Amino acid sequence: MAWKRIKASLPPGRYYLSGNEAVAEGAIAAGCRFYGGYPITPSSETMERMAHRLGQIGGIFVQMEDELSSIAAVIGASWAGAKAMTATSGPGLSLMMENIGYATFTETPCIIVDIQRAGPATGQATRVGSGDIMQAKWGSHGDYQIIAVSPWSVQEMYDGTIRAFNFAERYRVPTFVLGDEAVGHLRETLEIKPWVRVFDRKKSRGRPPFDSKNPRQIPPMPTFGEGETLLVTGSTHDGHGIRRTDDPKVHSRLVRRLNDKILLNQQHIVDTEEFFIEDSVLTVLCYGFTARSALTAVKELREEGHRVGFMRLKTLWPFPHERVAQLSQGVEKIFVPEMNRGPGGRGGHEIQPV
Amino acid sequence: MVRAMEQYLRSGIPSTPFCPGCGHGILLGLVLRSIHALGIDMREMLFVSGIGCAAWIPSPHFNADTLHTTHGRAIAFATGAKLYNPKLRVMVISGDGDLSSIGGNHLIHAARRDIDLKVICANNMIYGMTGGQVAPTTPQGFTTSTTPLGNPERPFDLCKLVEAAGGRYVARYSVTQPLALMESIKKSLSFKGFSFIEVLSPCVTQFGSKNLLESAPKIMEWAMEKCIPREEAEGLSREELEEKIITGEWGDVEDSTD
Repeated sequence: MAWKRIKASLPPGRYYLSGNEAVAEGAIAAGCRFYGGYPITPSSETMERMAHRLGQIGGIFVQMEDELSSIAAVIGASWAGAKAMTATSGPGLSLMMENIGYATFTETPCIIVDIQRAGPATGQATRVGSGDIMQAKWGSHGDYQIIAVSPWSVQEMYDGTIRAFNFAERYRVPTFVLGDEAVGHLRETLEIKPWVRVFDRKKSRGRPPFDSKNPRQIPPMPTFGEGETLLVTGSTHDGHGIRRTDDPKVHSRLVRRLNDKILLNQQHIVDTEEFFIEDSVLTVLCYGFTARSALTAVKELREEGHRVGFMRLKTLWPFPHERVAQLSQGVEKIFVPEMNRGPGGRGGHEIQPV
Repeated sequence: MVRAMEQYLRSGIPSTPFCPGCGHGILLGLVLRSIHALGIDMREMLFVSGIGCAAWIPSPHFNADTLHTTHGRAIAFATGAKLYNPKLRVMVISGDGDLSSIGGNHLIHAARRDIDLKVICANNMIYGMTGGQVAPTTPQGFTTSTTPLGNPERPFDLCKLVEAAGGRYVARYSVTQPLALMESIKKSLSFKGFSFIEVLSPCVTQFGSKNLLESAPKIMEWAMEKCIPREEAEGLSREELEEKIITGEWGDVEDSTD
């Protein structure tokens, strides 16, 4: 395994930071040494702190000309060996979508921090929303999987970013930190522990970088400049990266593996948190910043004697279908409070028990 | 000589996908001959390309690290790789549509930043791979599949554009000027900073067939007649120049070479 324990990049102790600043600190702690980005409200504080911090420690910061080139530079740097990140918000995320699909298809580890604001379009740039969660999963064309963490506190903006880097490196997949304006601009106490557990991508000379016999296993990822004569392409390719644009078997094998490598490893990725589930007849299922208000509401209802349960998705994608199905068996209804209009477009939706 | 060049080609790739008469094969050979002439180790090279016929010049043919990216973004990907690992010698090879239309913003910003990238734009004056649609480099009046009555728009002068954006070594040659072009590629490889070479590489299949240049000899002769060196251009009138493509070097190349 390529896990290792390293010293935290900040002296251990308690800090008072915003969520966007905590993301930057989490990235530095996880080993991020490349940042490419473009200014956008309400995420810019992450970029500003990365410019400052990467300058201190000899990393590379570049403000690109737009979001398309920001994510492109991040992918280029990742293949040059960097742990690399960008941060953006709704409109910027829309612009990044094509290259995010490219990163899934070329199995490029990279981090996209999306500090969600009220959309669609320019919407309300300084106001909170959670309208990007479907776009994060489905926004680029074709069949693919990504991983997304959903922090609800400044602490989780730090820990979740480290975790996102570990997912990205371990599964060679673009990983989202799906925050929002509220958690991004919130200031609260952050505790930095002395040690951080990080995963560094596996390398292996001569082995095919784009195939593995067992879809659970992630192929090794060499780096430019190592003499591996790498062929990286967004076209359908075989295990060595050779373009195979007319063989349906090669396409099927690649697309299935890229989906399976995430779906078959779900038990190592999915993370949920539950309270008051045992005797509940109603359950509130939520994620991100909304979960803070929801938990308060659930506690108040409990005090009034209502049998209400609470489940929070700490990782949003892949979706924990199995656990939610189990949960639904003992309850009459599951409420899903979100800052969006839901898949039906008509506001809050209910999941009927199966 | 021919066998000696084999080391620069990836083994197991049977042939290039280029049409008979395409200029890209000449350019492919000249890039590798330039690397060979300078004794550059291919393991230090990273070739980045976008989408289109020209993007297939390095990928998969070159026996080096290659990054075949999304349409228009080759320079942006290359910027990330070069900034993180400055030891890589990074060359971008892509087409005129890729680099100057969909990717035009990245071209001017990379020139402005003076990132040490060697950008080669294989200009066939048309969208070849997608069926011969008009490009921002198609000369006015020429027929394409989306300008059946002739192109009503003016083309970019790519060298002027890149020079104005801050490119320090800027050159234009045609594949019909192989020796001068090879010298230019060698200069670019030795240059520290942003360099840009526009290579006129005629497309007989899509451009020639629609403009009475329907055979390889015809379109190559047309390119040979059309291209004149800067020195020759100085004595010509404005009307005479309108019919010509001026080749040569711009920028301040003496400024910074290895």
